[in-house]
Amino acid sequence: MKRSQFSHISLPILLLVPQLIIIGVFFYWPAWRALHSSFYLEDPFGFGSQFVGMANYTRLFTSAEYMKVARFTLFFTALVTFLALAISLLLAVKADKVIRGAKTYRTLLMWVYAVAPPVAGLVGVMLFDQNIGIITEFFAFLGYDYRLGVSYADTALAMIVVSVWIQIPVNFIFFLSGLQSIPRHVREAAMIDNPSGFRRFWEVTFPLLAPTAFFLVVINITYSLFDTFGVIDTLVKNNPASNPMTLVYKVFVDGFRGNDIGGSSAQSVVLMVLVLALTIFQFRLLERRIHYA
Amino acid sequence: MAKVSVSNLSKTYGKGNQAVKPCSFHIADGEFVVLVGPSGCGKSTLLRMIAGLEDITSGELRIGDRVVNDLDPAERDIAMVFQNYALYPHMTVAKNIAYGLKNRGTPAPVIEQKVREAADILNLTEYLDRKPGQLSGGQRQRVAMGRAIVRDPALFLFDEPLSNLDAKLRNQMRIEIRKLQRRLGVTSIYVTHDQVEAMTMADRIFVLNDGRIEQVGTPAEIYHKPASTFVASFMGAPPMNLLPGDYNGNGSVRLNEETTIRIAEPADHKGVVKLGVRPEDVSLAAPDDGVPFQIDVVEELGANRLLHGNLAGHPFTVSVGKESDATPGLAGLRIDPSAIHLFHPEEGRRL
Amino acid sequence: MAVADSYLSVSQTAEPARRKRRGVRLSTIADHAILIAGALFMLVPVYLALTTASHEAVHIQREGLSFGFGDDLVKNFDAALFAKGGFTGAITGTTMLMNSFILGVGFAVGKIVLSMIAAYAIVYFRLRFATFAFWAIFTTILLPLEVRIVPSYEVIQGIGLTNTYTGLIVPLLASATGTFFFRQFFLSVPDELVEAARIDGAGPVKFFIDILVPLSRTMIAAIFIIMFVYGWNQYLWPTLITTEEGLFTLVRGIRQIIQAMAEGSQIPEYGRMMALAIIAMLPPVAIVILFQSWFVKGLVESEK
Repeated sequence: MKRSQFSHISLPILLLVPQLIIIGVFFYWPAWRALHSSFYLEDPFGFGSQFVGMANYTRLFTSAEYMKVARFTLFFTALVTFLALAISLLLAVKADKVIRGAKTYRTLLMWVYAVAPPVAGLVGVMLFDQNIGIITEFFAFLGYDYRLGVSYADTALAMIVVSVWIQIPVNFIFFLSGLQSIPRHVREAAMIDNPSGFRRFWEVTFPLLAPTAFFLVVINITYSLFDTFGVIDTLVKNNPASNPMTLVYKVFVDGFRGNDIGGSSAQSVVLMVLVLALTIFQFRLLERRIHYA
Repeated sequence: MAKVSVSNLSKTYGKGNQAVKPCSFHIADGEFVVLVGPSGCGKSTLLRMIAGLEDITSGELRIGDRVVNDLDPAERDIAMVFQNYALYPHMTVAKNIAYGLKNRGTPAPVIEQKVREAADILNLTEYLDRKPGQLSGGQRQRVAMGRAIVRDPALFLFDEPLSNLDAKLRNQMRIEIRKLQRRLGVTSIYVTHDQVEAMTMADRIFVLNDGRIEQVGTPAEIYHKPASTFVASFMGAPPMNLLPGDYNGNGSVRLNEETTIRIAEPADHKGVVKLGVRPEDVSLAAPDDGVPFQIDVVEELGANRLLHGNLAGHPFTVSVGKESDATPGLAGLRIDPSAIHLFHPEEGRRL
Repeated sequence: MAVADSYLSVSQTAEPARRKRRGVRLSTIADHAILIAGALFMLVPVYLALTTASHEAVHIQREGLSFGFGDDLVKNFDAALFAKGGFTGAITGTTMLMNSFILGVGFAVGKIVLSMIAAYAIVYFRLRFATFAFWAIFTTILLPLEVRIVPSYEVIQGIGLTNTYTGLIVPLLASATGTFFFRQFFLSVPDELVEAARIDGAGPVKFFIDILVPLSRTMIAAIFIIMFVYGWNQYLWPTLITTEEGLFTLVRGIRQIIQAMAEGSQIPEYGRMMALAIIAMLPPVAIVILFQSWFVKGLVESEK
């Protein structure tokens, strides 16, 4: 904490109140409501709700549909995280290496950060479209009948590609800045000790980049779980049907389409626990990261 | 009437860590007082309590004739110069200097005049429109002083202001600060860990150690009559030689079987003592003329030479003039009895 | 002698450099190739969107997406911006553009103001309540909006703020990111600055306005960029909260288009759609590119 602090009382409270009120009303209250609703079953005719204990949860975990979505979410998250990180790491390493045009490449690779996921999804819909999509044509060229929105696997492919596309810039920026913050003398010492660029990377650069990488893994997992809503919604054209979807999307679908408040709340709570675990993990990592520095 | 009066002032931090032990002293109007000591001795804490940046745990602090314990720094009529200058980076030099006056509601034309005067005294006039980032360390320090003097306060406080400057600049600024203070006549309290700064700048020195004021006196008093082994070894470079010995109660201290030193002033304590003598108070003689001294290393300083060696089994340093032809080997030392200091072996206080 | 020596040393240093340059060139080409491939991967989809925006819908339907440009670029953009569309026929691209702008700026400004003063209160005041407030705010990191989406909607509906700008912007402010960021930044401001200001007679308010805020200028700019983009690109929340087309943002409007595309029996207006998509992309992308260095700085600092 600061060595010298003001001793006023009413002023800081006044300054904190707006933020706290907003958080109280729009965060804690809904979060509490979700927790609360997850233990109730609403009467379909709107005549009130009935306490059912863990019934909503057990229903969830025994539901084949829910488990299918959970499996897909796992698969999707792992794939998107891996691809987004691998590709951006490669690009960052190269961008760090080249001397000419480094800044141009950086600009060209990072601007996509500013594109909204649903907009990217829209472009994706175009590219993967039945009739007009370039990628569909490409598949047809290879002899494969690609069907977005109809074939589960095809839609999944589109989701993954678009999600990776959106996430590369962020990873790229972090990896690049991580690389550029490795002290020059460390790299020079490595160059003297180890002429092979590839080995140098794995034995010197990557370990130094590890804190950034771990941090990004968590960010990417969070992204794949939650921020891909826009992409998914767009690609399935607001019509979930039997398309692949993530757990977050299912919360939305069940809550707003299916009117299953209890079930949707239970799903929300499950996700809350998941995020809690992830965030705690991330902060533990951050603490160790400080020790690295 | 004293400008600053402190009575049983102390500072204890939460965990029972007493950073400043209860102390009482007065500082006269216009006096330049230096608080000196090693890191962590409490000198900065004491200064900050006077400034109002640290709460006072117990005791009373008066500035002028007001008790200021509970007053905000801004109300104590003080000004402070920080180690890292603490200039407002986004404001010009002029605005930096003027800020304090502005907050007190001084009318603009008065501010302008005062800023100009301060800048004039400190040779900052051509830099008034620059930002701190465009100035050198020495210039920034002068701006920090300008900010202080423009307020015409009752008390100047300096917190190690020269520590961030290179040696040459430090020597220069030392003189400038002293000249400025004499000219303005403002009571000043100056904190430093550098004993040279303390010796050259102070009217009176307060030597602090481990939260306690070990000695208060003029530079000469501190140097020639240190009140404890700590003060003796801290002030003066190279430090005073300190050796254990056995005082026979009657004018001589025995260092070991071969070496006995005569002392001038008798002391009450008999038995084991710590004997201190400054390197320059010893003269070199032939090996059999005086106390035997084994010279190991000769350090050439240009203006003088330091002879490091061994006296009666203990490390000992002698300072000799540049014309001395001393070389490593056996030599003799003649020690002036009146230049010897005796200290209590455990408590370290002067006997 | 000396001259001959120096000749020797010159040629010795030149040799390795030449050798190095030859070897390096091959791998540099590979590096550039990879980077160019990456850049193309990023750019081609949007390029195709642009070309699509320059053709007639019928043309697209027949020929599929093409790499060449057509003649209808201006016409499609014009329609996207000014033609009335949507189910009620009341909304134009320009209105959506304005709404996006309001959301982006409103959110960014709200976020910065709220989090700056909260962070200031937490860092610069000796207040036990501040620790509680800090943890209360900190916990919001744990749950992103998507997870509490249903009850959040109910709350807004209950207060009657659906289809309002307030309902659109304010709930999004319930997160800790800005406060964290400014807290970290304030902690890095030297202590002596506050002390000097206190001695200069500046109270907490004066210190904040005269010194802290000007000091934070670059950070504020960086955060503004990130928050503006975030607000502009909001999808899920506007989807739920705004059902009146007059309040649609560009991104929200996209959803409507997709729906129409799925349900419609006519040929979708590809050209116009892509023009709208490009318009939706343009402002955030432009800001990110123009203020790149601030943006990167803010991103890297804020995510830590």
